[in-house]
Amino acid sequence: MPGKTQVQTTINGESVEFLCEPRQSLLECLRDVIGLTGTKEGCNDGNCGACTVEMDGRIVTSCLVLGVEAEGKEITTIEGIADGSELHPVQQAFLENAALQCGICTPGFIVSSKSLLENIPNPSEHQIRFWLANNLCRCTGYDKIVRAVQDAAVKMQEA
Amino acid sequence: MTSTQYERNVILSNVDYDVVGTRPIRPDGVDKVRGRALYAADFDASGLLHGKVLRSPHAHARIKSIDVKKAEALPGVMSIVTGKDLPESEKDSDRYARENILAGEKVVYKGQAIAAVAASNPHVAEEAVSLIEVTYEVLPPIMTAPQGMEPNAAILHEGLTTEELGEKTDKVSNVANHFQHIKGDVETGFSEADCIVEREYNTVTVHQGYLEPHSATAFWNSDGRLHIWCSTQGAHPARDATAKILGLPVSQVRVTPMEIGGGFGGKIPIYLEPIAALLSKKSGHAVQISMSRADVFESTGPTSGSNMTIKIGAKSDGTITAMQARLAFEAGGFPGSPVNAAAICVFAAYDVENAQIDGYDVVVNKPKSAPYRAPGAPNAAFACEQAMDELSQQLGIDPIDLRLKNSAKEGTRRADGPTFPRIGAVEVLEAMKDHPHYSAPLGANEGRGVAIGYWFNIGFESSVSISVNADGTVSLVEGSTDVGGSRASIAMQAAEALGIPMEDVYPSVVDTDSVGFTAVTGGSRTTYATGWAAYEAAQDLNAQMIERAASIWDVDADGIECVSGVFQSKSDPELKMTFKELAAQLADTGGPLMGRAAMNAGGLGASGGSFAGNIVDVEIDPDTGKTTVKRFTVVQDAGKAIHPSYVEGQMQGGSVQGIGWALNEEYYMRDDGSMANTSLLDYRMPTSLDIPMIDTVIVEVASPSHPFGVRGVGEANIVPPTAAIANAIQGATGLRMNNLPMNPVAIMEAKWKQNG
Repeated sequence: MPGKTQVQTTINGESVEFLCEPRQSLLECLRDVIGLTGTKEGCNDGNCGACTVEMDGRIVTSCLVLGVEAEGKEITTIEGIADGSELHPVQQAFLENAALQCGICTPGFIVSSKSLLENIPNPSEHQIRFWLANNLCRCTGYDKIVRAVQDAAVKMQEA
Repeated sequence: MTSTQYERNVILSNVDYDVVGTRPIRPDGVDKVRGRALYAADFDASGLLHGKVLRSPHAHARIKSIDVKKAEALPGVMSIVTGKDLPESEKDSDRYARENILAGEKVVYKGQAIAAVAASNPHVAEEAVSLIEVTYEVLPPIMTAPQGMEPNAAILHEGLTTEELGEKTDKVSNVANHFQHIKGDVETGFSEADCIVEREYNTVTVHQGYLEPHSATAFWNSDGRLHIWCSTQGAHPARDATAKILGLPVSQVRVTPMEIGGGFGGKIPIYLEPIAALLSKKSGHAVQISMSRADVFESTGPTSGSNMTIKIGAKSDGTITAMQARLAFEAGGFPGSPVNAAAICVFAAYDVENAQIDGYDVVVNKPKSAPYRAPGAPNAAFACEQAMDELSQQLGIDPIDLRLKNSAKEGTRRADGPTFPRIGAVEVLEAMKDHPHYSAPLGANEGRGVAIGYWFNIGFESSVSISVNADGTVSLVEGSTDVGGSRASIAMQAAEALGIPMEDVYPSVVDTDSVGFTAVTGGSRTTYATGWAAYEAAQDLNAQMIERAASIWDVDADGIECVSGVFQSKSDPELKMTFKELAAQLADTGGPLMGRAAMNAGGLGASGGSFAGNIVDVEIDPDTGKTTVKRFTVVQDAGKAIHPSYVEGQMQGGSVQGIGWALNEEYYMRDDGSMANTSLLDYRMPTSLDIPMIDTVIVEVASPSHPFGVRGVGEANIVPPTAAIANAIQGATGLRMNNLPMNPVAIMEAKWKQNG
């Protein structure tokens, strides 16, 4: 294997430098190199959405992004969603609506839902279901997740 | 029916509590929405190595040789293990368990582990695994139960002989077991029937589909003690299974359960733990192994495909005279399908005088089946509840009325032996019939189906301790891994019993050294059994608190009572202390107090079990055969819903797994016995876009055995959906779908066949 590449990027508002092999995914770099384990691996082929992060304002499955592609980008992970110790309305809504059971898909759902509400502040049920269709949840049957997003939308508009 | 509507979707219960029945935020919630909760693959240790497993490319083959020399020579490789590194076992059942961890002389499914490597990083380990050379003699695969039962079928295990009606035989066969339950006489029963329905049904292999792949880290220390951090539904059972495979006393293994990313039964068995342990012993390092998604599909237990025949006879007034089932279940590569549980559940909803159930456990060349949410019962309900639907149509009786007429109730003896205590089958059916969904109009190409299902629920062992903190809160220590909010439901039962707010209870799920034996989070037992243990621990603590108050007041303990968290003298109204006030005095009045309970909450069916029913509307696209679920209502008897939001969550989650099972999910098998769809793109579980909101109705018919009447709600909800959807499809199209999955191809083929 060739040597490691130095990557300069921004994660959750902080400037971060790391070394990675060209074959390492952004997911692997976040978890194993940088130590941000809040982003989860469910399939490693882009089908489950557990590893969803925001990169330059768009949500991506970080298992399908190479670590070296993070160069110069702005990345937000689940660890960067709360404002200090204050939960984001989406996080609060997931708690209050019991929208998580095992919790392994939750980081991906919260990153995706926050992005949805930034793009479509008052989404219909169909728009919520369509936006979240790349995030699999096997525990909840989605009902309470959809309701949590509806709840967060109301709270964010009131704020 | 006397129904007290005290909450929007809860009917029947007439007991109100302070904490039980409310909807507080779960104690572990904040960590989980902030990405701070640590799951098995998040665990790190100094000098951690990464392991990868070599898995069989063949479904059925003899292993001629394994050569690891090239792999050993790869820089960065620290240790390699094969099946020879595991201690020999004498009993067949132990050998099967061992070979499911690392193969012996044969592989019996594609994906079976053969060898493993630990290396400095996962990529090196993966490369090393590809350098291990194995030669195979490939054998023909057996893929279904009927195939395995054929007289000249290829034999998976030369040493496996059939156990026939409880007796060991010397008949070498793929049929590991044939058992029978008989009640009354079915021949007589069928002779009294005016109408008989007899049909054959088939279901295919499906996976639990938890989002977190299995992961385990092991460190075998120099003092001989093995520590494991893993994703498991039960730390103590994982400890015991690992110890058995490795030939260790249980005390030499310590399991720390990490947060668990879903299980549904699939994380009851162990897979990686003994392999990581051996790799650690050989390398001197901690070793972590995490599965890929394809590994999860091909190498962990899905639930059984099955072949079933159901025969039901009834008089013209709807009285069922006889029910008969023949259930043949795929065990996977080693004996042990859930056919026994299927036999308990298949006719459990009905009070019938004459019944016969024959069960067959058949080994086939697929991954060893593992429990999946009410294991076996959804298969059985897919068959029985469709036959019931046909019967209702032939008799011209409303399908819910037919079920009500024959419903099991307290005192009904099941075909497999036990007599039901108080159960809620009638109440669930009545709630279905009363629901506005049942009489709502249907649109074009739409159909409506109903079905009911049963799961018996289990009790078993739980241990809990509760320590009082000086600020009046308590720390609760328990052994049940929390897959779906059980920290909340257990803490709530302790809070209710102590008379303090739920927010004053801090629950921790701890390792096997730190709490007494606790059985798996499974069988719908956790809120039932560990919640009960929390209640008992609270009672134990309350008794000690009363003693302490007595010594502070210098009165007799018998004269003190505890009412809603206030300790007071029965005779002197001046003597009164809240839980908080007494807690603050403990240190100066004799020291800390701790309540404890270690108990067995009973066996199978301890709570009486839970019934769940569905009303489902589907729309079928006449051109493509695609089914859209338009409306879905699930009714379930919870006994008592401790935290109604998480009860609804169980009902909704189980329902949607049932929808996936009905319409899409299957192991699509090639002729060579390999699975063609090992990704979450091709193994298509429902997405948020595929389904509607899932309406829930919680029925509360208190279980007579539990202090709060809890029955356990995790599983019964997955039992009726496949049949309810099949019945709805029949309503929309006239097509009887006797095989799963009912995907567009199957529906179009059935339609073309019907049209000739």
